[in-house]
Amino acid sequence: MKRSLALALSALVIALYCLLPFLWFVLTSLKTPAELAAIPPRLVPSLHWGFYQSALFDHGLARYIGNSLIVAGTATLISITVGSMAAYAISRFQLAWTRFYLLALLAISMFPQIAIAGPVWNILNHLDWLNTYHGLVTAYIALSLPLAIWILTTFFREVPVEIEEAALIDGCSRLQVLRKVVLPLAAPGILTAALLVFIHTWNEFFFALIIMTDPDIQTLPVGIALFPGEYTMPWGEIAAASTLATLPLIFLTLFFQRGIVRGLSAGAVKG
Amino acid sequence: MKSSHRLALLFIVPSLVFVSVFTLYPIVESFRLSFYRMILTLPWLGQKMVGWENYLDLWTDPVAWQALRTTLLFVAITVPSELLLGLGMALVMNEAFRGRGVLRAVVLIPWAIPTVVSSQMWRFIFNDRYGLFNFVLFGGDTARYFAPLADPRFAMLAIMAAEIWKTAPFAALIILAGLQTISDEVYEAASIDGATSWQKFYHVTLPLLWPALLLALLFRTIDALRVFDLVFVMTQGGPADATNVLQFYGYKKTFAEGMIGYGSTIAVTVFMISLILALAYLRALKSERLQGAAR
Repeated sequence: MKRSLALALSALVIALYCLLPFLWFVLTSLKTPAELAAIPPRLVPSLHWGFYQSALFDHGLARYIGNSLIVAGTATLISITVGSMAAYAISRFQLAWTRFYLLALLAISMFPQIAIAGPVWNILNHLDWLNTYHGLVTAYIALSLPLAIWILTTFFREVPVEIEEAALIDGCSRLQVLRKVVLPLAAPGILTAALLVFIHTWNEFFFALIIMTDPDIQTLPVGIALFPGEYTMPWGEIAAASTLATLPLIFLTLFFQRGIVRGLSAGAVKG
Repeated sequence: MKSSHRLALLFIVPSLVFVSVFTLYPIVESFRLSFYRMILTLPWLGQKMVGWENYLDLWTDPVAWQALRTTLLFVAITVPSELLLGLGMALVMNEAFRGRGVLRAVVLIPWAIPTVVSSQMWRFIFNDRYGLFNFVLFGGDTARYFAPLADPRFAMLAIMAAEIWKTAPFAALIILAGLQTISDEVYEAASIDGATSWQKFYHVTLPLLWPALLLALLFRTIDALRVFDLVFVMTQGGPADATNVLQFYGYKKTFAEGMIGYGSTIAVTVFMISLILALAYLRALKSERLQGAAR
């Protein structure tokens, strides 16, 4: 009994640790300007929606959300398509160089952003792709491919080869096998990988910062980091923007929790 | 055999094109540029090959050394703290109790929050007037409220706290996955031999968990070396360069001051540090695994 009480208590502490700081930011977003300016801070807000309204329409939050949806959505779609092809080949043809490719991708995913930032900026500048959706999307596809391929390879390896061989004997081509047999079986894994890539690109800040300098086309993280305030920090609006940027991720994460944990540890633990 | 090579290549080429153009070529280009003097604000200088000059400048640049020290200190404090906290959380989550599933989901929340958002959140928590930090510390005694982020002694600690908060739960999940690979039978055998809980943890759990811990250490170290978002949002490297970490310094030189050559030198240096650490860890891990297999 003593043991289970200690467990329950520790579990509660962990949950509070994870939830409290963000919860306080959410509460902040629901305050009135007067409650926000109270010193010492008032903990319980009067559930006022004013900051959401001014963040969305006066501070361009609606635009940032739109830009982020376009960029993260497109990058995820292409990255998962291109990544699935590569991961399928890596999982099916266990050749020396495909294995080397997988290791090289792991190494690439460890690069510090600054190590490639200058030349990436330069390429996009030459193409006249700075401050465009396709510029950032292209960079994001390349940056998220290592993650996508690693997770997808783990999931493809779990699809039994025998089913494919049967289909090949029945006269299907490789592409048909991929489309009609492997993809449906690997669908849950692909969905998980897509979710992780989406979260990754939705949250990405460094490249978004250097590629998108025009406020009209900036994504959410850049918008939130550079939130415009003329004289004082508009904390209420920043809290509201942060809440709106995060809540969808939290719902997605809670909903797909099992898959995400598996996807994350696929890359991490199995090495 | 020949056809399987060609087919594999066909499937892999699209990804290879993206990765080559946007990560491999840029790395090589960064190395090349690090030997040139190239300043965007002084375009008439053009691109001039200067050999090792940038590296010599870096060697005698006190701000660069400070950035290196700050970055290494950041890694040395945050990573072990995250792993210890994560280990504690993982041990709790590995036990059977009601609501364990919920807890495992809740732990993902700090990980899912965009770093920019958690940075703004912690910046507000450490605010000198409205922040929760001062309120928890001093309550209504507003005269004692202070601004940790504006104080060179505390700014880095505040950033470290924000980093640990966000990544410890992620470390917990990696460690938990490692814990789950340890079978109950090993613990039962230890119990039969009369081992105490602490002995079980020290002699059974820890050695078997070692590969997972080492991997978490590797991932967290390499990620912590890249710290940028937190610094950009919370302090902009200040006050007085107290939180100026390597990636932020490189960013500032390259993109704010347009010093392409010198910025590339910083970039290459950061890259080499990460690479050496990654290789060292991978070797350690490999030998660890070999030992594990021999046992």
